[in-house]
Amino acid sequence: MTARLHVDWTACDGRGLCVELLPEVLERDPWGYPIPHKPGPIEVPDHLVPHAQKAAGLCPLLALRLRQSAAPGPEQRVRS
Amino acid sequence: MTMSTHTDTLLDTGASGPIPWRGGPGRLVTDLKTAGLTGRGGAGFPAWRKASTALGGKSPVVVANGAEGEPLSRKDATLLQTNPHVVLDGLQLTAEAIGAGRAYLYVPRGSAADAATAALTERRGGHDRVSVAVIHAPERFVSGEESAVIAAVEGRDALPRFRTVPAPVSGVDGRPTVVHNVETLAHVAMIARHGPAWFRRTGTPDEPGTFLATVSGYVAAPGVYEVPVGIPIDELLAMAGGLAGTRTVLVGGYHGVWAPAGSVPMSRAGLAPYGGSPGAGIVHALPANRCPLRFAAEITRYLAEQSAGKCGPCLNGLPAIAATMTALSVGRSEARRLKWLTGLVTGRGACHHPDGTVRFVRSTLTTFAADVTAHQHGHCTVGELP
Repeated sequence: MTARLHVDWTACDGRGLCVELLPEVLERDPWGYPIPHKPGPIEVPDHLVPHAQKAAGLCPLLALRLRQSAAPGPEQRVRS
Repeated sequence: MTMSTHTDTLLDTGASGPIPWRGGPGRLVTDLKTAGLTGRGGAGFPAWRKASTALGGKSPVVVANGAEGEPLSRKDATLLQTNPHVVLDGLQLTAEAIGAGRAYLYVPRGSAADAATAALTERRGGHDRVSVAVIHAPERFVSGEESAVIAAVEGRDALPRFRTVPAPVSGVDGRPTVVHNVETLAHVAMIARHGPAWFRRTGTPDEPGTFLATVSGYVAAPGVYEVPVGIPIDELLAMAGGLAGTRTVLVGGYHGVWAPAGSVPMSRAGLAPYGGSPGAGIVHALPANRCPLRFAAEITRYLAEQSAGKCGPCLNGLPAIAATMTALSVGRSEARRLKWLTGLVTGRGACHHPDGTVRFVRSTLTTFAADVTAHQHGHCTVGELP
């Protein structure tokens, strides 16, 4: 099990609270939006899960979801 | 672009007879799996899988997606204008297969919508089991994204939305929702009528069947052609009156990749080495006298304008990518900046638009590396530089 942070990009406004709470995982991109240090899905190591939960709970725009994903891999996107 | 139509099976205008009902939910799903039909709207997702997921859910919904936001694609409009009934048959059969009580046709205003509406009127009082509501798709690139389609059916703005659950689990108003491209539905009807073995008679063993290709650009007879999956690109170009001097084609549209105008098969397997897929079946032949970098810059600017503007990285990143691509096309080398920017938007949106744009830009940099170098030295291989 890996924990992953999912950003609702339609809601995120780049306030930056999550970056302050999770500097081990996130930084700001040139426009202020959260981006992981390592490109790809935002993987959260076990010891940082409480911080990630806090970040998700405190996001003023409710743009973050922390989810346990069973198998790490590329997200499946469905398009008709 | 003048388009002509070349009839084979899907585009046959002849009467098709009554709907071949399968006698209850689920049965057609097995046939779709045996047939190996994949979605013809771009992503190539197995059709049976969507149906199988939605089947058994509470009050499922089926949507025919004819939005066709891709400027180089004409096949959905052509299909709806030429043979709307085969699409509507597929819609009814999919509704039966998943036990849907509601069906929608999502299509831009214009002749395709008119033809479909006329066909729906003709069918009134006939054999259809679910009524079909027509929803008009706004004319923009991202209107056909699945989450945008669902939003439109729900009566909201047709814009992509953040979703963590697949539509066949929870889509329109939380109901299991199967969104199929209109061509996919036409194949569903054909499979119901002729059987999976008939469908597999052509194409490749791994990617069976035919697809509707829209061929445009440097060809004498641009148009929509029904051809087997895996057809060599040069053969497809020859059908459309390909002109001498074409070396490279854009495959899969503005979110697609460049491939040589040779014997590369139009299939997922054939196009994988180029990082692409047949997508929605688009092949655009680059004219020999057209600077590929300028052409790519135009497309990238268009894609940036077509951002719905809902997601920060796309809203900010795509215009930056487009500006950099433009700089590259006029000889100001910005390839490194372009690589950095593409990394900043990948996977960071509610829809596929930033990823598709990045795929196109990266393919341009790889395919036309020699042109990039030439432009750095102040000249263009086709002499289009100012």
